[in-house]
Amino acid sequence: MAGVGGGNDFQWCFSQVKGAIDEDVAEADIISTVEFNYSGDLLATGDKGGRVVIFQREQESKNRPHSRGEYNVYSTFQSHEPEFDYLKSLEIEEKINKIRWLPQQNAAHSLLSTNDKTIKLWKISERDKKAEGYNLKEEDGRLRDPFRITSLRVPVLQPMDLMVEASPRRIFANAHTYHINSISVNSDHETYLSADDLRINLWHLEITDRSFSILFCSSKGTIRLCDMRAAALCDRHTKFFEEPEDPSSRSFFSEIISSISDVKFSHSGRYMMTRDYLSVKVWDLNMENRPVETYQVHEYLRSKLCSLYENDCIFDKFECCWNGTDSAIMTGSYNNFFRMFDRNTRRDITLEASRESSKPRGILKPRKVCTGGKRKKDEISVDSLDFNKKILHTAWHPKENVIAVAATNNLYIFQDKMN
Amino acid sequence: MINTMECAMDAQNLISISLRKIHNSRTQRGGIKLHKNLLVSYVLRNAKQLYMNEKYAEIYRMQQYEEVMTVCNEIQELNPLELAEDIVEASGDCCSQGAGSPLIMEPASVCCALPASNHPAHTPHQQQQLQATAACSAAGLALQSEEVCKETNSAFFRSCCAEAYPVTDCDFSSLSAVHCNKTTVLDLDTHVVTTVESGCLHQDCCAVQCQGAQAPAKKRKFDFGCYAAESEEVPDFTPCKRARFEDFYCPHSEQLDTSNISNLISIFGSGFTGLVSRQADSEFSLNGQFCSKQTLASLGAWTRAIVAF
Repeated sequence: MAGVGGGNDFQWCFSQVKGAIDEDVAEADIISTVEFNYSGDLLATGDKGGRVVIFQREQESKNRPHSRGEYNVYSTFQSHEPEFDYLKSLEIEEKINKIRWLPQQNAAHSLLSTNDKTIKLWKISERDKKAEGYNLKEEDGRLRDPFRITSLRVPVLQPMDLMVEASPRRIFANAHTYHINSISVNSDHETYLSADDLRINLWHLEITDRSFSILFCSSKGTIRLCDMRAAALCDRHTKFFEEPEDPSSRSFFSEIISSISDVKFSHSGRYMMTRDYLSVKVWDLNMENRPVETYQVHEYLRSKLCSLYENDCIFDKFECCWNGTDSAIMTGSYNNFFRMFDRNTRRDITLEASRESSKPRGILKPRKVCTGGKRKKDEISVDSLDFNKKILHTAWHPKENVIAVAATNNLYIFQDKMN
Repeated sequence: MINTMECAMDAQNLISISLRKIHNSRTQRGGIKLHKNLLVSYVLRNAKQLYMNEKYAEIYRMQQYEEVMTVCNEIQELNPLELAEDIVEASGDCCSQGAGSPLIMEPASVCCALPASNHPAHTPHQQQQLQATAACSAAGLALQSEEVCKETNSAFFRSCCAEAYPVTDCDFSSLSAVHCNKTTVLDLDTHVVTTVESGCLHQDCCAVQCQGAQAPAKKRKFDFGCYAAESEEVPDFTPCKRARFEDFYCPHSEQLDTSNISNLISIFGSGFTGLVSRQADSEFSLNGQFCSKQTLASLGAWTRAIVAF
């Protein structure tokens, strides 16, 4: 069956799944962010417990030249801890809201991770050698009595098992009054932006105690783009993107469903994609009055908005992502479904991340939601959807057709079928 | 589309759910989420707007019903032939002025239907109905129009939006001159609500009252002495006020013929729905849709209350 992402014969198949299998999901294990690095060799995930897990892709082995390497755990560390703000008498969650990789400048890898209040710069470095033969301490670390030293020697580097260490290099704190919801690294690689509900801060990676603050009044359903080259203080926007509202579709929940949960620039820089509750829109940066493409993700939910409001699902913030060539986009939905849209062929596909369809190299079968009338075999009706199983975070490898999909506490990796 | 919304939740329910969410967010771990609470406040505002509009619509309808019934009673004593001329003129005006605006196509057709039945053979009862219909649809229309009065320049709504307007010598006013006790009359052309007391003519300018589109029905309430007590504050969200309005009806219904009332209500109901479906272009389309459901629901209550007498 024709799929999306690379051509007519394209099909997605299961590669790996990470995470516990049991039904009882610990809240701390819920994955809250997924991000590939620039080369795609590293995949970082953050969870509600404040931990970061980094997976590294195996080198392609000579035995199986056509199979892509698997992702295995590379490093795990506790990035953030729960804190208590005594002044405001509230607890600060340790949940990792966002991870962003920095471009690699040396052998070590760097990433920014943030919770609601604090951003940390982590350096992940490998160590495969250690020094032996210290003068002042024994092999086990005990200090030697200086008076006992009779001769000096030069320590020698000995190979050791690879150890990956993560160390916090910078901590950027106390700059956001509201909850930080995203961070973004600038193209100059020296500065980055952090945004909360009302404010965007501009940081320099080297300076931790100061940041420039850009105050915004953001309205739902609109995007303001500021050119930082034009003005250091973005008090006037360069571009303003808004689609006029259709008055005949107005409801109690118009503001909520038009609220944008994610924005992603295309790799080319020409387009921008926005995700609101029911749809994904692609905007041409040169045209501000309406999007160039609109894709309905789960329009069948429009008649259920009342119940979704009651159970808080209407506030779920879905993310979206581009593929490496900007020809396809992907976003998540409920029931562990995720959707992909091919911008060229206008075809779309719905796939499911589930243990049942997780046979090695197993081809993913397209799913379909029955919106009315008679339910066909293999279709699932809207009322049977599990709204607790939501795919909010997805990531697409920057160069290949490999995707990472976070389903609650499990991370699924899918790739295209090798012929 | 609102039509496909299966949600049966009404504004009151949504308001209480929203308030509960805001309250719960205070105890949630991690502190109050600004954006979520902002979105909840939007829902709260939308629900409140709808609720207020519904309440005003209900109050206004009840007042109009009162007026119409009063008029009907007076009409019973008049010569039917004289009445027929009045109706032809009034409905003629309806149709001609209504042609210009898409918003009033439906009620215009209701109005235009009137001349067809103006035969002397018609009983005073039926004349009452027709007149009541015209009054009701015009009155109902006026309510909708006030909400959109900023957008439409139709002459039909002129009286609502303008600050002052001349009193035309409508034949209707001749009715009020006949009686010397307190009577409330609605002029079909100019929408002048006139209260006649002891032979004197008081003009309760509805146009002057409805300055903005904010609370038209509320301002109207002040026109009628008998409702003054109820109209002090903005209606709150408790159901007991609704019950009070229904109680109000019982004394007046004693004089009325039951079958006549049922006819009237069915005309009322269909007329109102027709008006509501035309509101697709207005941002109050949601209001209208729910209004119709609520209207019909409350009309049922009227029927029960009145039939009981």
